[in-house]
Amino acid sequence: MATATADRGRPWRRRSAVPGLGLTLGVTVSILSLVVLIPLAAVAARGLSLSPESFARVAFSQRAVHAYLLSLGTALIAAVINALLGVLTAWVLVRNRFPGRRLLDSLVDLPFALPTAVAGISLATLYGPNGWLGAPLARAGITFANNAGGIIIALTFIGLPFVVRTVEPVLRDLAADVEEASASLGATRLQTLIRVVAPSLAPAWITGFALAFARGVGEYGSVIFIAGNMPYRSEITPLLITIELEQFDYAAASAIALVMLGLSFALLLIVNTGQAWMRRSTEA
Amino acid sequence: MTAVPSRTRARTDTDPLWLRVLALTLVIGFLGVMILLPLATVFVQGLSRGLAPAWAAIREHDALAALQLTLLIAAISVPFNAVFGVCASWAVAKHDFPGKSLLVSLIDLPFSVSPVVAGLIYVLVFGLQGWFGPWLQAHNISIIFAVPGIVLATIFVTFPFVARELIPLMEAQGTDEEEAAVSMGASGLMTFLRVTAPNIRWGLAYGVLLCNARAMGEFGAVSVVSGHIRGRTDTMPLHVEILYNEYDFVGAFAVAGLLCLMALGTLALKALLEIARPELDSHGV
Repeated sequence: MATATADRGRPWRRRSAVPGLGLTLGVTVSILSLVVLIPLAAVAARGLSLSPESFARVAFSQRAVHAYLLSLGTALIAAVINALLGVLTAWVLVRNRFPGRRLLDSLVDLPFALPTAVAGISLATLYGPNGWLGAPLARAGITFANNAGGIIIALTFIGLPFVVRTVEPVLRDLAADVEEASASLGATRLQTLIRVVAPSLAPAWITGFALAFARGVGEYGSVIFIAGNMPYRSEITPLLITIELEQFDYAAASAIALVMLGLSFALLLIVNTGQAWMRRSTEA
Repeated sequence: MTAVPSRTRARTDTDPLWLRVLALTLVIGFLGVMILLPLATVFVQGLSRGLAPAWAAIREHDALAALQLTLLIAAISVPFNAVFGVCASWAVAKHDFPGKSLLVSLIDLPFSVSPVVAGLIYVLVFGLQGWFGPWLQAHNISIIFAVPGIVLATIFVTFPFVARELIPLMEAQGTDEEEAAVSMGASGLMTFLRVTAPNIRWGLAYGVLLCNARAMGEFGAVSVVSGHIRGRTDTMPLHVEILYNEYDFVGAFAVAGLLCLMALGTLALKALLEIARPELDSHGV
């Protein structure tokens, strides 16, 4: 790309010979502002229009705090399940050839393509008292009605593709000869795994985990059918927001939404910072 | 991941059989329980009283209205996001400007916002108690609890799909071909149509496919702004919810089965695109 020193008045801008920056950037920023940024600002404006005392009262009521903890906890557990089984799935799909592999690989994306409400009613039926899995589990004394278990199942479904799809390309590109070299230099399999495979996999793995987690915290459609939605027990944060909305308490809905947005951004920030730190330390 | 053997591709075959079988069994069990059984549940439940009641539930007036509305919403929001995605990736991938990484993060923002909040923000802007609510009411324009609100909420949740697909693709392609075209006198539009468009059409198709699947299936955001007026503002996923809550399980799962077939069609098209264009397969999210 040509760096034009003659670009007077805008020394910061490396001028590209490709035209259309002004037009496309203008359209992009305008649409982004109108569709995403200004409406999102409305939540902040409405939520913060409350006095600090009433904000604290609605956003940190006992019921709301239960909902935050439940949403974060179940999303975290589901993301951990997906991180572990997702990396195993990616490994099996990349490193093995077996009949039906291509089909299995395609089906991993089903949670992206299937409407969440469909997943919701299907999981609720499957794990319900008369379901194929729910009935035998109920006989064994395990139920998923009105507790966090059902929510974790739904969030595991929703988050399943993220880890597989972020880790898969890295695993595929990870040159087999690097591992072979490590093995031929006398490393045990476990050493190769920890010293060679894990460091190259980690950034993608954490990205997949963070995406699955962020999706889980906000998920609504697949959860509400299976969760039973009992306050203080199985009521997730997005559901609480819709309940406030149905009572036309927009300020309370906004306050809870603000806390939720803050929590998920803070967690994503932590993950991103950790990842940047890790990348620096592996490069060093 | 500790249970996985770290053998090379060439050596995988020499891994202990029990380990390979164990890994494969675990994965098939996981995908079977999480993916195949839920999928089978939809079709078995939908067809539990035979084909006729299922077909009747799909042919019923409100279901057809929901199908029409879903197609209409997708027909507006997907092209909108495709145009936005092309614009955004042209600006981001072919140029340098300050704040570029911030812009990319902001484009991705809707992915980390709960669908329910996506609905809420439009209620706050256009709803009766919202910023423009009184003005809209005075001019007899309804956005919330009407089709425009559903379109807006759908655009929000599917906002990043096309841009996310195109930005890495266009960055990888660089600007050499465009610069050559421009230096030979092609206009910007001509350069895009003749040089860039052929290079990105498969990536665009891929992004549009994913965007469309989400647009037709969105539930949370749409549920907040729709108002659930049967036969008027109910999309297919909302119609499924209503039938299910009315204990019409055959009807709910019949309509859900139709949505499943659409999802499976999406996956089939996606697999075909990936076979035709292997470079697309590297970023599935």
